[in-house]
Amino acid sequence: MAEPSSGSDKLMIGQSRTGIYVAHAVLILGILIVAFPIYYTFVASTHSLQTILRPPLPLLPGDRFIENYSEALFGGVGRIGGVPVSTLLFNTTVVALGIAIGKIIISILSAYAIVFFRFPLRMTFFWIIFITLMLPVEVRILPTYKVMVDLGMIDTYAGLIVPLIASATATLLFRQFFLTIPGELVEAARVDGAGPFRFFKDILLPLSRTNIAALFVILFIYGWTQYLWPLLVTNDNQMNTIVIALKKMVSFADADTEWHLVMVTSMLAIVPPILVVVLMQRWFVRGLVETEK
Amino acid sequence: MTPRVVFPNKILPYLLVAPQLAITLVFFYWPASQALYQSMLREDPFGLKSQFVWFDNFKKVLSDPNYINSIEVTAIFSISTAMLSMVAALILAVMADKVVRSRNLYRTLLIWPYAVAPAIAGMLWLFLFNPSIGSLAYALRWMGIAWDPLLKGDQAMVLVVMAAAWKQISYNFLFFVAGLQAIPKALIEAAAIDGARELKRFWTIVFPLLAPTTFFLLVVNTVYAFFDTFGIIHAVTGGGPGKATETLVYKVYNDGFVNLILGDSAAQSVILMVIVIALTAVQFRYVERKVHYG
Amino acid sequence: MKVTGIAAGFAAAFTFYSTTSAFAVTEISWWHAMTGANNEVVEQLSKEFNESQSDYKVSPVFKGTYPETLNAGIAAFRAKQAPNIIQVFDAGTGTMMAAEGAMKPVAEVLSMGGKPFDKSQYLPGIVAYYSKPDGTMLSFPYNSSSPILYYNKDIFQKAGLDVDNPPKTWSEVWDAAKKIKSSGAAPCGFTSTWLTWIHTENFAAWNNYQWGTQENGIAGPNVELKVNSEPFVKHFQALADLAKDGTFKYGGRTSEAKQIFLAGECGIFTESSGGLGDIVKSGMNYGTGMLPYDTESQNTIPGGASLWVFGGKSEEEYKAVAAFFNFLSQTDIQARLHQVSGYLPVTLAAYEKTKADGFYEKNPAREIPIKQMMGKEPTENSKGVRLPNLPQVRDIMNEEYEKMLAGQQTAQQAMDNIVQRGNAAIKEATQ
Repeated sequence: MAEPSSGSDKLMIGQSRTGIYVAHAVLILGILIVAFPIYYTFVASTHSLQTILRPPLPLLPGDRFIENYSEALFGGVGRIGGVPVSTLLFNTTVVALGIAIGKIIISILSAYAIVFFRFPLRMTFFWIIFITLMLPVEVRILPTYKVMVDLGMIDTYAGLIVPLIASATATLLFRQFFLTIPGELVEAARVDGAGPFRFFKDILLPLSRTNIAALFVILFIYGWTQYLWPLLVTNDNQMNTIVIALKKMVSFADADTEWHLVMVTSMLAIVPPILVVVLMQRWFVRGLVETEK
Repeated sequence: MTPRVVFPNKILPYLLVAPQLAITLVFFYWPASQALYQSMLREDPFGLKSQFVWFDNFKKVLSDPNYINSIEVTAIFSISTAMLSMVAALILAVMADKVVRSRNLYRTLLIWPYAVAPAIAGMLWLFLFNPSIGSLAYALRWMGIAWDPLLKGDQAMVLVVMAAAWKQISYNFLFFVAGLQAIPKALIEAAAIDGARELKRFWTIVFPLLAPTTFFLLVVNTVYAFFDTFGIIHAVTGGGPGKATETLVYKVYNDGFVNLILGDSAAQSVILMVIVIALTAVQFRYVERKVHYG
Repeated sequence: MKVTGIAAGFAAAFTFYSTTSAFAVTEISWWHAMTGANNEVVEQLSKEFNESQSDYKVSPVFKGTYPETLNAGIAAFRAKQAPNIIQVFDAGTGTMMAAEGAMKPVAEVLSMGGKPFDKSQYLPGIVAYYSKPDGTMLSFPYNSSSPILYYNKDIFQKAGLDVDNPPKTWSEVWDAAKKIKSSGAAPCGFTSTWLTWIHTENFAAWNNYQWGTQENGIAGPNVELKVNSEPFVKHFQALADLAKDGTFKYGGRTSEAKQIFLAGECGIFTESSGGLGDIVKSGMNYGTGMLPYDTESQNTIPGGASLWVFGGKSEEEYKAVAAFFNFLSQTDIQARLHQVSGYLPVTLAAYEKTKADGFYEKNPAREIPIKQMMGKEPTENSKGVRLPNLPQVRDIMNEEYEKMLAGQQTAQQAMDNIVQRGNAAIKEATQ
């Protein structure tokens, strides 16, 4: 800990060095527990089919990294229902981005209205939106499907995205956050002659940056990992997402499964969301720097 | 509760809530009203024969001793899951906020497990962490624990709680980190100069300022434990052994989606919704009052 | 909503596109639940069919697990968008049969294609499972399998058991399992997948015991379960006793126990004939045998899935479906499906051809399930098991078995509870 690099632990006032050591230890332990399954998937993706089929699986990576990954990547597109990996990744990206951006936009708008305006039915609207937290897809699958057919949204990107962008989580989060913004700030803005649009654009949006970044990560992953809904509303292999393709590869019961390739594909399916997480870190860090000013 | 300062505008707020409201009505309320109607029907899966039976399905469900068992199981499961995942995430977030060195690396490693699709997680769970042959099971048996969650109900419960909480830790962690970043460091340093010890600083300054985040997460985690966990239970225990891990939502899923008893399943989901709405209303009334805003 | 407008535009364009191309080809959809290598077979078969002629085109669509596929089909039917063909798992057969009007019997579809259904061409044990009591075939058996016995030869060797002669009866299995355990050759003697399908439904058929009234539901829906009779109680008490010291190891409700066997933890294993692939690939030194019985064997019953045809479609589409089923029934295709994927052949000709090719000399395990199903004409106890709510009844059985194996109740109590709870559930579902 002694080397004077820019990333070393500078003690804040009131912090003890032991406390920092404990913090590192707790974090490492946490990572070991939380990230172990991913690590184990990676381990599985570097072993031969035979090793995977004869449990227990070793805890250390095997020697098949190059073989397995090149076989999965270049070995044959036909493995996953005749759909090129690029199409799968494109579809999944469109869905994930559509859901994340759509959700953030409509929820920040409605939360803005509910917190910063007073109008009849305000709380009614809030509860109408809020209660939708409590309706899992499986329960309303038959009627929702009928709505999709009536609107002609089967096999469309809109059909994959729109029904999933109306959830209450993001609205609730923005509401919670907006409530912490001091009234004086709004007062000051109004004294300066800022209308609702300028206040939103110049004050609210920059302040919400950390929350938007956090939500974007969560929602992108939510969209990326959808399974049941895309399965239901698409009948065309060309509309498949990577998760559906992956499920197609795996058979527990009767058929042979190329487990080593499945594990590689699992890794590929979780890399893009991880990239999003890593890139979004910058937003967090910037949020930090600004609050310290 | 809310900032008293607001913009005086008559039409704009309606325009702002309109998109979300429209989507919500079309894709939630219309289908939900159909589900409500279905809870009073007795019909075959294909809807060829149906009979309107008023509240018979509700009577049947509520008089079933297995349903009462499910309520108990759900209470234990939900409270344990929400507490475990929130406490673990809060500890990790506070620790991550303390360190500077490797902070981004820690954060990244703690968030990305969330990137694993539930559909994939269930598969990995079965394949790599199988209760009887997975490496985890080997380790436990090696330590001399008679580990057999396939037949021991309490162990099965521990297993599903851990699996469900594990999935949620990254989510909670992310929001706690975001919440912690918003707390001005100067405030904490000021308290330190006043001589407040670390634990005291946490309880008197940090935790109250995190309250809006904690409240948000409390709601989200309760809802998660109630509704979004049937996939995990399905993959890990299938509600068993016996009915030891059959939660309310697993029962809704199993009766409706697998066994195709649509009327019962719809009635159960209506009851479930009423329970959660009531719970949330209580949280809003009593917990949110104590939450400090700004 | 703007997005919906765009969506509608998309949809309109799509419809226009498909109607223009419909002049030439009749397109039919096939919703299935096939994963892994089996999914590739589905794609391959469809491709070959489409290339073999120019009038019809079949498009396979993966719709998730069996329950997910069935739910998708039901949702689509209710929205009047049903596919032409849907694959439904064995336990869903009763549900599909109860939905008269939604489905069109396959025998009828085949007649519309100009080739009347001839019962004598098909393997009797399989067709009986998917037929009405009068013998009309309702759905097309696509992937069928039947439970057989697997054993680990290395463990047999260590335990001093006969490596070339696996146990034939259940009491021999119990003895061999005890010997494996007591000799320390392996931590457990015996495990099994599917206690419901193998140790209850197939146990009944294979030993010719009554599982339920009304020919186990084949003759009519008002079934009363009979599984608390002496042979069932004795069988499960034996399992419960062996479970006490780990001689029998419970692996889970469906196929999970395969992992225990693959890990080399148990010496003897009963599992679907379809499980062979993974065992071969794991490189284990394994052997196979017929499913054990008590004193005399009758015939086993199939599991797997069959293809159902939705009603209310155009004549052209039914002709296309018939052409596709005829394509699937060809001896070459059936023989290949059987040899490559390990499904049971649907037609007798395919079985004969495989035999003539000498395939079974190299792959004796592949013939075992066929022999089990062909030996004798099915009795009223061995045609199959059919309930409108079979999945639910299987759940009840699993719950009671688990309580029994955990030592919370005896086999007699478990079987009595199954009969009592099961009968109530069946009554509820059929009223």
